This record gives sequence, structure tokens and C-alpha cells, in this order.
Amino acid sequence: MFKVIIAIGVVLLVIILLTLFRIGTLVNVVKGTNKEKVGSSNKINAGLLLLFMFVAFGLFFWYSIVYFDDYTLPQASEHASSVDFAFWLTMGLTGVVFVVTNVLLFIFSFKYQHKEGGRGKFYPDNTKLEILWTVVPAITLAGLVLTGLSAWNNITSKASDDAEVVEVMGYQFAWGVRYPGNKDAELGAYDYRLIDASNQFGIDLTDENSYDDFMPLELHLPKGKEVLMKIRARDVIHSVFMPHFRVKMDAVPGMPTHFKFTPNKTTQEMRDELGDPEFDYFITCTEICGRGHFSMKLKVVIEEPEAYEAWKAEQPTWLKLNEDYLEKVPAEKRELAKIKAGIEDNTETEASL
Amino acid sequence: MATADIHITEGEHDHDHDHHGNFWTTYVFSTDHKMIAKQYLITGIFWALIGGTLSVIFRLQLGFPDADISWLKPLLGKWITEQGKLDPEFYLALVTMHGTIMVFFVLTAGLSGTFSNFLIPLQIGARDMASGFMNMLSYWAFALSSVVMFVSLFIETGPASGGWVIYPPLSALPQAVSGSGLGMTLWLVAMALFIVSQLLGGVNYIATVINMRTHGMSFSKLPLTIWAFFLTAVIGLLSFPVLLSAALLLIFDRSFGTSFYLSDIYIGGEALPNQGGSPILFQHLFWFLGHPEVYIVLLPALGITSEVVATNSRKPIFGYKAMIGSMLFIAILSFVVWAHHMFVSGMNPFLGSVFMLLTLIIAVPSAVKVFNYLTTLWRGNIRFTPAMLFAIGLVSFFISGGLTGIFLGNSAIDIQLHDTYFVVAHFHLVMGSASFFGMLCGVYHWFPKMFGRMMDNRLGYIHFWLTFVGVYMVFFPMHYIGIAGYPRRYYSFTNFDTLNSFSDLNMFVSIAAIFTFTAQLVFLFNFFHSIWRGRKATANPWESNTLEWTTPVVPGHGNWPGEIPKVYRWPYDYSKPGSKEDFIPQHIPFSMTPESNLPHENEMIKLEKEEDVNVVVVDDKKGH
Repeated sequence: MFKVIIAIGVVLLVIILLTLFRIGTLVNVVKGTNKEKVGSSNKINAGLLLLFMFVAFGLFFWYSIVYFDDYTLPQASEHASSVDFAFWLTMGLTGVVFVVTNVLLFIFSFKYQHKEGGRGKFYPDNTKLEILWTVVPAITLAGLVLTGLSAWNNITSKASDDAEVVEVMGYQFAWGVRYPGNKDAELGAYDYRLIDASNQFGIDLTDENSYDDFMPLELHLPKGKEVLMKIRARDVIHSVFMPHFRVKMDAVPGMPTHFKFTPNKTTQEMRDELGDPEFDYFITCTEICGRGHFSMKLKVVIEEPEAYEAWKAEQPTWLKLNEDYLEKVPAEKRELAKIKAGIEDNTETEASL
Repeated sequence: MATADIHITEGEHDHDHDHHGNFWTTYVFSTDHKMIAKQYLITGIFWALIGGTLSVIFRLQLGFPDADISWLKPLLGKWITEQGKLDPEFYLALVTMHGTIMVFFVLTAGLSGTFSNFLIPLQIGARDMASGFMNMLSYWAFALSSVVMFVSLFIETGPASGGWVIYPPLSALPQAVSGSGLGMTLWLVAMALFIVSQLLGGVNYIATVINMRTHGMSFSKLPLTIWAFFLTAVIGLLSFPVLLSAALLLIFDRSFGTSFYLSDIYIGGEALPNQGGSPILFQHLFWFLGHPEVYIVLLPALGITSEVVATNSRKPIFGYKAMIGSMLFIAILSFVVWAHHMFVSGMNPFLGSVFMLLTLIIAVPSAVKVFNYLTTLWRGNIRFTPAMLFAIGLVSFFISGGLTGIFLGNSAIDIQLHDTYFVVAHFHLVMGSASFFGMLCGVYHWFPKMFGRMMDNRLGYIHFWLTFVGVYMVFFPMHYIGIAGYPRRYYSFTNFDTLNSFSDLNMFVSIAAIFTFTAQLVFLFNFFHSIWRGRKATANPWESNTLEWTTPVVPGHGNWPGEIPKVYRWPYDYSKPGSKEDFIPQHIPFSMTPESNLPHENEMIKLEKEEDVNVVVVDDKKGH
């Protein structure tokens, strides 16, 4: 019933509008205004353009200032400040251009609206002016390129050798994390053909480095230490996005990528800063990857280095959690594997290694 | 002179056949550029409605994530889940098809197809396109492509859903998303046909502009519209084949077991045999078209704007040569900036630096164009026709959306903003809305020449104001959402506390989108009503200088009943000091305007006389 009433209402509204349109047209014909080259509507439109400018700029400044804290993200990594500096520098420069050019556009439109008997100024070119407004933007942009380049080169430079290495793998629709382990600092080799329900990473058990690798359900990282994040995907392209850290890098099947950064605020510090005890850092996906694209969330914990080391030491190796995979370890390496994986806690053998 | 000669004869020949056309040859398989232009326009409007509707549906999901939308079931069927929610995969399909349709079918075919076809012969003084038959094929390849794409909306597994950029492996593997099955196949077939249509059209535009200009219409006297269409056609001709090759390789990967883009994939519980391919290769090939494509949709809109702004400011366009120069520069640079879409794709960061430099350079010619528009308005005598308002709106969008490009072209800033709503806001303003406004501007301006009647001005004003305000309401707030880190193509943000603080703004955007879309009904009514019931137009209602306004009110086959007018001056002699009228059309010789001639133009009078001798020769030839 309700729907019928709405439908009738819409139909009546359309009829009223059409009637108004028809009446307007007829009135115009009677008055002869439809033959005028430039009617009174010219003034109205010119005025509306000016009004639009004031209202739109009013709203723009009001929202940008009042809601500043809502749309800006706090920084949680060392390079975040250089990204944000480039951003706000660009914002400052383009903001001025945005306001000035739009103001000129609307003011000129209003001021030079049609006047009866008036004429435009025949002004086809002015070489000096044109050179000026080619050169000035070029110089400004050169400045922006330089600041951008220095930030970009810095961010993408090689990670130091003692950086904390961690591997993040995207798959439909979650993130997996792998650490090189507590016994060696090397991630073990992998092959996508070895992937199965338990061996999600396709770990190659012929490689000794893989025995102590562990895969926790959260990503923990130490504060103040450089992290080299090795990134891969096993089905389609995903993209690691950690908004608070200004980190983004695609995860591409068949082509491992990486991103290095240094977290500089622990989760607790960020909670205090935001006044939100529930806050957690996260990784999310920014490359369309299918049905669950919007739900690829992984919790990220930043801790003081001591807490991080303690957490790390507690993590059981993957091999320990999946002991039946010992069969796949070559016979001659099985003993080593057991030790490195922490299955046999033989400190003597360990010491002799 | 010889070429002009031949074409006049040919034109006369065509003209004779005009009266024998039946319904099929006049309205359906027409070779007349004006009819083909109208076909493109009507098809473009159809697609714009489809594309707009799709966006309204997914905006419902984004603005009202908790709403029960079972009432859409009659339209969407099983894509509405039992809980009355939109299916997440269909959400992706909607986003994908909205992008594809708007970029290719509306803003490439609908804009360029309409106005290149309509205006090139009329403004350069030609009887028709170089090849009317190829032109017809071009439209029908597009129509066929449209049918295939439209059919894909209704198949069981849904249309393509990997984003309009169709990055493999997602688009290559039906196991990854259901839209990558038959939907993707149809997408690729439709796009292959579309590219064929573009190439047929492009070759024709280029050949026509180069060969068929009327007597006196040198490149330095071409209206900026024609320069824009010409350069657009060149860009399209060079870049669309690359998309075709990308699509072909993808077809091979999908159907014939090759591994151009696939490597090391484990999906659906099995490891695929493909090895050695590179998904990044596809991105390079795709964006080699994808970026020039931005200018393919934008340049025609800018060309149209130049013409409309000059006419309605009653002033010459400021810096005619600089305008051509900047378009040329943009056209060239458009080929060397593609990888700025790939800063975080994993490609070598050094390449990122190079592409960042090249990308930011392109802002210079763009800035020059804006300053030139502003100076054209300065001390004009502006008439706010609906077309003029849309042109002003375009300039505003071009500024607002262009400036955010400087953020995204900067690789350091792009780390944070890539694939967020900031990007969505940026390209919807600078390329989507600006080009869309260019298209509307062109429709309002050339409607009298297309249909011999005027559109209603008041409805035009209402349409403009609702759309202009609406577009800013939809896309401006997206900047804030993007700066806050919201990724695009997300079905919902409720999983994230940090990313769930803008539900009010998202709702606002959705309401604005529905509002703006509804406002287009005003245009639809005005358009179709005016075709049959509009006020009769005069031959030159806007008092414009270009050649199309020298034709009869409704130009017939062959465009000019008698001789094609000759051209003596550039198209922007508005408000020339000394002249009685405030416009002097291109075909008026300098000898007739001694009161307003500049010194060097008086010199030209002598040349005109010499040329007149030539004209007599032409006439003699035709006599026998």
C-alpha cells in the first residue's frame, strides 16, 4: 500500500513539473522573451556562480579545519614524517592555486557577465604572460619533484643487514606471517608446489633454514628497529597496506617484493595518544583480490624490543606444531631438524652445532 | 588546390544520392557522419544511464551498509542475499562494469565518437569523412561490442569483477572470483571489438583532418576542437593496439594454457603449472593504453570547452598557439607517464623516480590551459548559455581534480594514497566529471546543428546547477575519506575501527550520488523533448565563427548545398575592434572587413584576390 502511494506521489510530481514546464514555455512565447539573445537568466546564473563560490569555499574551509583530526592519521614509523611532509607541502602549494584559480574563474564569470552594448576585449595573446605562467609552475613542480625524490629514495633504499626480517604472504582472503626463527636468522626456502592444507607457505623442508621458522597469527614488530618486510602472494595480487606506518606494497604471485620501515610507536603508545584503549594497528589489502577483499585484516603489534624478543622466544616453530612433516625432512637432516624446531630440547647437541 | 578540387566533385556526387536513401540507409546503416554521430550519442547516453545506475546500486551498499535492499530483488535476483544484502562479488562486478562502461563506452565512444564525427567534417569544411563506409563499420563494431558487454551483465556467473583494470591473475582465474569466468571472456571480446571500432574511427578522423580541409583551412586556422579531436585520434591509434595485445595475451593465458602473466600460483587447493609469467607485464601493457586513455577522454572535452568559452565570452581564445602547444605536449607526455599507476606494484624504485618526474611535468601544460581559459573570460562579455555553464564547470573540475594529481604523481605521497578514495576523488573530478561536462557542454552547444531545434534553456540551467553542485558533493568528501586511508573497492568498512569513522560522510556521498543521478532525468527529458518539440533553431544561434554554422539549419547529406565555403581567417575573431558585429566568421574574407583588419591582415587581401583566380579555374572545370 505504502509503495503504491509513493508511486502515485511520484507520478503526480512528474505531472506537476511537466505542467510547470509547459506553462513556462507558453509564457515565454507570449512575452517574446524566448527570442531574446541574452535574457535576465544571465544575471541570475552569474550571481549563482558567485554564490556557489562563497558557499563551497565556506564548506571546504569549515570541514577541513573542524574535522582535521578525524581525517588525518597519526604517524607510527620513522619515514611517515617525510611522506606527510611531502603531502602537506604539496597541499600548501596546490591549496593556494586551487583557491586562487577557482576564485578567478567565478569572479571573472560574475564580473564580466554580458552587458547590453558591451563588448569583449580583443586580447588574443601575450607572450610574456604565457612564458611567465609556464615557467613559474615548472619551477614550483621542480621543487616538489626534489622533495618527493629525496623522500622516495630514502624510503626505497636498501635495508641494513641487521634489519629484522619478516615475511608476509597474502592469499584469498587473509595474511600469513613467517619469522626466520630463533636459531638462525634466515627464512627457509619455499616452493609454491609444496603448499598444502598445513604447509600454507610451501616451506621446503630440505632447507635447514626452514626448521626453526614460525608462523604466528599476529604480526609483532619491535619499536625502533628497522624491519625488512618480505612480501609475496600465492594466488592473486594483494597489497600490503599499513596506513599508520605509511607502508604500502603489492604482494605479487611469482614476484616477491619488499618494504623496509622502522616502527617508532608501540601499540600502547598509540593507544595513549589516541585515547582509545581498544586501538590496534593492522595490515589491510588495497588491491582488488576477490570476494573477501575488504576483510583481509591482520593485527599488528608493536612492542618495546625486550617484550618483542620475549614474545619471539615463546613462539613454537611450525615444524614442532606439525611433527608429521618430519618425514619430509631428508633422513640425514632429521636430527638437526628436531633440534632446531625445538622438538628435542637437547641443549648439549645444540651447543656443539 | 588539386585536392580541394577532387573533393568538391566527390561531394557533389554524394549529394546526388542523398534523396534515394530508405529508412535503413538513412538511420541504421548510414554512412553520413552526422547520423553516425547521433548514433554514437544516443548509444553513449544509453550507456551513461546503465553506468550511472550501477554506481547508484553500489553507493547504496556503501552509504547504507545496514539497510535491507531486498526491494532490488526483482532487478538483481540472486545477487541480493537472503539477508537482503548485496552479494560482495556482485559489488565488485558493479564497480568493474561501472568503470569500464563510463571510461570506454560513455567517455570514449560517446564523447569522442559523437563530436569527432559530427564536427570534423563540418568544422574543416568537408562533405563527409574520408571513408563513410569505414565510419559506419566503426559505429557498428562499437554497437556489437556494446551488445556483448550488455549481455555479460545478465549471465549466471556475473559480469567481469576484477576492477576495470582487470589485473591478472585475478582476471585470469575463474577459481579466484566468479566474474573471471564467462563474464571476463565476454569483457575481453567486447573490448577487442571496441578497439576495432576505435581504430577504424581514429584512422578516419586523422585522414579527414589531414586531407579534406577546405580551401584556406590551414592547420593554423583549425578550431581548437579539431586540434583536440585530431590529437585524440592519434593517441588512440598508438595506444589502443597495446591494450589489444594485452587482452590477447590474457585470452591465451585464460584459454590456451600459456603463462604470460601467471607464475607460482596455488589456488583452490591446487598448484597451477604456470611458471615464469609476470603479472607486472600486464600492468605495463594495460597502463600504456590506460594512461593515454585519460587524455583520450579529456582532450575532446577541453577542445569543446575552448570553442564554447571563446564563443560565449565573445572573445578570442587566449593563447591559441599555446593551447595547441599544450595539447601537443600533453599528447606526447601521455605516453611516458604510465608507470605512475604502478609506484607500489613492486617495480624497480628507480623507475618510480623517473616516472614521477615525467608525471609532474605534465602539470605544466595543464596549468597553461587553465590560465588561458581564465584569461579568455577576463574582460569578456559573457553569455551564460547552458553550454557555457558546463564549460565553466569543466574548468573548475579540471582545476580541482588536476591539482590532486600532483599528490598522486609524487611517488612518496602515493605510497599512502595509492588505491584509496583519494584516487577515486581525483580521477572522478579530473577525468570523469570534467569529460562528462565536456560532453554535456557539446550537446547543449551543437544540439541546434544536430536536430535543427533548440534545447530548453531553463531546463538546461536547472540541469547544470543540480549536476554541478551534485558532482562536488559526491566527489569532494572522498578526498577526506582517502586521506584517512580508506581503500577503494571495499564492500564494507565495518571490519575496521580506524576505517569506520566516516559512515556519515559515506551516507552523504551516497545521497548526493542518487540526487545527481536523478538530476540527469531533467537532461533526458529536455534532450528528447527538444528533438521533436524544441523551438526551431536559426542557422547560427550562438553567433559563432566556425564553419558548421554556415550550413543550412539542418545540413543535408554533403553538408553544404552549394560550394563549400572558403576560409580566410582563424575561428576566433570575436569582438574585433572596429567591426560592427562582435563576431566575424571564418569564411568572411579580409577584403570585406577593412574597418577591423589588423595591419598584417590587410596584406592578406592581395592574396585573397590571387586565390579567387584559382577558384574560377575550379568552377570552370566543374562546368563541363
